[in-house]
Amino acid sequence: MAELNHYLILSGILFTIGTAGVLLRRNVITVLLSIEVMLNAVNLTFIAFGRFLGSSDGQIIVFFVITVAAAEAAVGLALVIALFRHVETLNPDAFRQLRG
Amino acid sequence: MLFWIPLLPFLGFLVNNFGARRLPKKAVGAVASGAMFVAFVASVASVRALLSLPAEEREVTQTIFTWIGSADFQVPLGLRLDPLSAVMILVVTGIGFLIHLYSTAYMVEEEPHEYARYFAYLNLFAAFMLLLVLGENFLVLFVGWEGVGLCSYLLIGFWYKNRFAADAGKKAFIVNRIGDVAFILGVLLAFTQFGSVNFKELNGLVAGFRPEETFGVVSAIALLLFIGATGKSAQVPLYVWLPDAMEGPTPVSALIHAATMVTAGVYLIGRNAVIFAHAPEVMTIVAVIGTATALWAGAIGMVQNDIKRVLAYSTVSQLGYMFMAMGVGAYAAGIFHLFTHAFFKALLFLGSGAVIHALAGEQDLRRMGGLKKELPITYWTFLVGALAIAGVPGLAGFFSKDEILYRTFAGGHMLLWTVGAMTSLMTAFYMFRLVFLAFHGERRTDPEAAHAHHTHLHDAPPAMAIPLIILAIGSVLAGYLNVPAALGGSAFLEHFLEPSLHVPVVEGMHGAADHASHGLEMALMIVSSLIAIGGIGVAAFLYLKRPTIPDEMAARFPGVYRFLLNKGYIDELYDAVVVQPIKSLSEHVLWKADARVIDGAVNGMGQIVAESGEVLRHIQSGSLRMYAVSVLFGAVMIVGYYLWS
Repeated sequence: MAELNHYLILSGILFTIGTAGVLLRRNVITVLLSIEVMLNAVNLTFIAFGRFLGSSDGQIIVFFVITVAAAEAAVGLALVIALFRHVETLNPDAFRQLRG
Repeated sequence: MLFWIPLLPFLGFLVNNFGARRLPKKAVGAVASGAMFVAFVASVASVRALLSLPAEEREVTQTIFTWIGSADFQVPLGLRLDPLSAVMILVVTGIGFLIHLYSTAYMVEEEPHEYARYFAYLNLFAAFMLLLVLGENFLVLFVGWEGVGLCSYLLIGFWYKNRFAADAGKKAFIVNRIGDVAFILGVLLAFTQFGSVNFKELNGLVAGFRPEETFGVVSAIALLLFIGATGKSAQVPLYVWLPDAMEGPTPVSALIHAATMVTAGVYLIGRNAVIFAHAPEVMTIVAVIGTATALWAGAIGMVQNDIKRVLAYSTVSQLGYMFMAMGVGAYAAGIFHLFTHAFFKALLFLGSGAVIHALAGEQDLRRMGGLKKELPITYWTFLVGALAIAGVPGLAGFFSKDEILYRTFAGGHMLLWTVGAMTSLMTAFYMFRLVFLAFHGERRTDPEAAHAHHTHLHDAPPAMAIPLIILAIGSVLAGYLNVPAALGGSAFLEHFLEPSLHVPVVEGMHGAADHASHGLEMALMIVSSLIAIGGIGVAAFLYLKRPTIPDEMAARFPGVYRFLLNKGYIDELYDAVVVQPIKSLSEHVLWKADARVIDGAVNGMGQIVAESGEVLRHIQSGSLRMYAVSVLFGAVMIVGYYLWS
């Protein structure tokens, strides 16, 4: 039987992987994917706490997070496309200047 | 009805000020004089209506609108006509009208738009003065009070291209402002203590108290109001602006000295007679300052050589008399002297204006002389004015000045009486010195200038002559309004003014003793008549019989002569003690403090922002990963804080 701690440890591992991806990868698409991983790590925590506390609040919040994440992915990818048209690269280090 | 009286001159001001460039000179003069004349008619009608009421109910109040309304503090823009303001509006509109009429001829050489500007200011002056005397509370009075201050500045500096005139205008304004500070404080103190600025309410409240034996709140109010009055009415130590005010056109001097402005201080004390009566110590101060001013200005007036300056110091001196009367509690006598003085002082100024006009701007008595034949109207009217101010029996000044001296004597102020009598001698002397120097003897005009300008002198034109003649008649007759009981008169003016100046008689008060014998009054009258005639005699002896003596005397006492000729070096003293320290304080301390501390603070704020921006801009590098690390770091810190605490 899986205990709460197992879920939390898994969530921590996933969050760390996501964070590392955001900080270390040099591809904006991958960075966005890593953010998804981080979000889902948090979602897992919510679900786990909800389950163990016998409350549906965790699941409700997760639905919100999924909705926002979908919107974020849409906007984020649109921005990436716009940026790519300007600078012909996906490396986030190239996006240092506000002027195009 | 009442509000038309100040409104008419104000409308005249509006017409001349804004329609000026389009109106011909004749129309400008007609509008200004006409406004004053209609205001005079309205005043006469109002006063007649007032007289038809029974003596104790003589009061007409008109509230135009609520000016300030804040909870239970209500200040209406209200006018009140009572016997005191009745006398004042008649003087302001009556004498004011004559001065306007006179000005139409006197100022005729000005450019059309200057001419219109002059009459606009003149009307505005009269309008503010009427508001001042008709206001039923301190705030309405204050509007008029400041308004006449403004107009005095505008008119004294009328010839603003002349440096002296511009400076004199500023001086009048600033010196008045010093008094105004005290005036405002007095009003505020009265308001905080009694919760009202209405004269009637205030006087009613104060009347319920006993007079203050030691210096208390009522005394403080009275003293502050009196300091305000010294500024406006040119008393020691704030009289210095008045002699300089001679830089303005001569009719303006007449208006300031006779009808408006300087009488405001005397009026203020009369209006608040109850407050002053409850502050015996302040009354003593008023009397002493008044007497000192009378003597000091009289002494300076004896040696001045500028015809208008002699008259200016004469005004200061006569105002001193009025304050002396107020200070000994003889309010009616003070107002009576204000009334008669308005006639003869307006007459003397307008007469001197006629002389200056005839001599194409010459004001120095030493270059006049022998004008009697060539300017007969001016001479005879001027002589009447001089006789009146000197106090020759039968003329206006005799009755009013004697009333003051008698009240002072009867009130037991022997020292003040002695000084007053001495001043009376000086008044007669300097006035006839002026008459003899200007009109008698030989012509001392500069021969070259005589060829250029004075080949034929022309006497006053009708518009100038008519006011002179009317004022001369007034200078004779004005005194008969208040013939004292000792001479079989009914003291009409005194009884008329009684409701306004009604002061509850309290023991130990500096009241004028009414029960003194008629015999004493007669004796004093004879004494002062002799003094007046003596003063004229001395002047005649010195300036007609032995014209060399004055110069010899001046040579024998050079110190005294120079001291008086230079007006006691008071201007120099004020300059050294007040003006220069303020100037150097501004230049060396305040200006630097302003540049360094205040500007420094403002500039420093800008610099701090710029420099911190210079440092902080490195943080915003544009590197996405840096931002992400910062967010992570912040999040870890916050979580850590909650975990540890």
